[in-house]
Amino acid sequence: MKISPAHIIRLYDRFEFLDKEGSGQLRLEDFAEVKELAMNPIGDRIIGAFFSPGQETVDFPSFVRILAHFRPTDKNRAKDSTQPEPVNSRTSKLKFAFQLYDQDRDGKISRAELLQVLREMLGMQVTEEQLESIADRAIQEADLDRDDAISFEEFRKSLEKVNIEHKMSIRFLR
Amino acid sequence: MKKKVQSHNLAMFYDWATLRIERGAKEKNHLLYKPYSNAIIAKEPTSLEEEIKEIRRSGSNRDLDSASEFEMSDIFYFARRGVESIMDDEVTKRFSAEELESWNLLTRSNYNFHYISLRLTVLWGLGVLIRYGFLLPLRVTLAFTGVGLLVFLTSIIGLLPNGRMKNFLSEKVHLMCYRICVRALTAIITYHDRENKPKNGGICVANHTSPIDVIILASDGCYAMVGQIHGGLMGVIQRSMVKACPHIWFERSEVKDRHLVAKRLSDHVEDKSKLPILIFPEGTCINNTSVMMFKKGSFEIGSTVYPVAIKYDPRFGDAFWNSSKFGMVNYLLRMMSSWAIVCSVWYLPPMCREEGEDAVQFANRVKAAIARQGGLVDLLWDGGLKRGKVKDTFKEEQQKLYSKISCMETDWLRDPLGHH
Repeated sequence: MKISPAHIIRLYDRFEFLDKEGSGQLRLEDFAEVKELAMNPIGDRIIGAFFSPGQETVDFPSFVRILAHFRPTDKNRAKDSTQPEPVNSRTSKLKFAFQLYDQDRDGKISRAELLQVLREMLGMQVTEEQLESIADRAIQEADLDRDDAISFEEFRKSLEKVNIEHKMSIRFLR
Repeated sequence: MKKKVQSHNLAMFYDWATLRIERGAKEKNHLLYKPYSNAIIAKEPTSLEEEIKEIRRSGSNRDLDSASEFEMSDIFYFARRGVESIMDDEVTKRFSAEELESWNLLTRSNYNFHYISLRLTVLWGLGVLIRYGFLLPLRVTLAFTGVGLLVFLTSIIGLLPNGRMKNFLSEKVHLMCYRICVRALTAIITYHDRENKPKNGGICVANHTSPIDVIILASDGCYAMVGQIHGGLMGVIQRSMVKACPHIWFERSEVKDRHLVAKRLSDHVEDKSKLPILIFPEGTCINNTSVMMFKKGSFEIGSTVYPVAIKYDPRFGDAFWNSSKFGMVNYLLRMMSSWAIVCSVWYLPPMCREEGEDAVQFANRVKAAIARQGGLVDLLWDGGLKRGKVKDTFKEEQQKLYSKISCMETDWLRDPLGHH
């Protein structure tokens, strides 16, 4: 399903709505105003995904580019290695999810990073020991080269059967 | 009957106006921005548990029901939900005015201004003339008359000794003045199920969209109002009203004391000779597409609750008061310069708190009934979210739900009483 200009206008309205100061750029505080996002355990992480390293504001093209990761995958696209990978392909979606884990962007999800995510998703509901066990098991299962961290390839391999195209996609109405 | 014909004609006129705009846009080969009345994106109504299990199921061959364990793919659910709420969230939508499918010749509800043809502009100009030049002054005069009479007559009645005569006169005066105010707004109100009208000793509960709600309900029956005493003109009106019949006004300082408030309310309902109390439990104005969480205070008192659903037809004039955007006077002027306010009022059958039901459950039951009748969406969200921050308890709820499906043995979960 293609994105039409009307959809872009709709997204721009949303962008303008979020941009409380009318500056043409979104800041961290603007995202934090979204109530449902405050309720999401990894809300802050998702907000962070919109900002490039070192940037403090997001303009509209960057806003749309990040949202475009969630466009439904075009299954009929011919695999053409000369073309750049579209931002909503399976690989790009995986990269997006990977970066949610890998906050320091060193290409690996370290044990500490994994623990941090678990802490956010589970909060006060489990003890620290249980968090460590869960992290241990997860790394054990995915870490193939035994370096106590999960690289992007290992991440991709462990999720090879998951229906990412469906689960990481948002559909526009009409 | 005549009113129905009027509103029908107006509605047809608006549809025609919209068609003209669409035609204008097509001629210029531009894409029309069509406001979607509800949502931009398709949200699946599956729960956290269902979705995460589905993701895991597709990713592994293991028998899932035996092992609730964390999977790397779990993050997809939260990521998607997060991005969905950035694109379109349920709560903020409720606090801005509802978007219309067709244009009702009021610039305030139009987004495609530059596609209007000359013919339409002329019509719109005519509309402005009529509304501001004729209707508005007429209505303002009526409003002043209504309010003035209310203050004057209730003060006079207040001089009478308490008794049947006083109550009778007070009723008549209140009704008359409210009806004048209704005319001042040109409100076309349809009342349904009047046999369920609130009786003495009960509490009338309604959804809240604007201060006009009060006028609409009070022009059809007599209620004891509840509220905070204001200064200025409002205060004058409040003070004179209470001379004629017992309304419940609180000083600002008393409002914080919940026990005092509850006591005064229960004292009032116990006195069967006193009028039913009118309360809006949402606590703030919502934009009339949904009903938000009802504050439980009014439901703890233990008397019969008479729910009332009020639904405005937004095509004729958006009655929602966005108090963070417009002040009261500004709002009233906008109301009086719209075409008309068309709304429906449903009196629902009385409800009582049942055995074993606590105030919150009772409040939710009443809320669901009102939402169903008025065709509004029943939301769990708190009206207080309009201004405040989301409480951490919501995030904890999500974490709790998630922990149930990601931690292997249940005795690992922290016992809330700390017995583990």
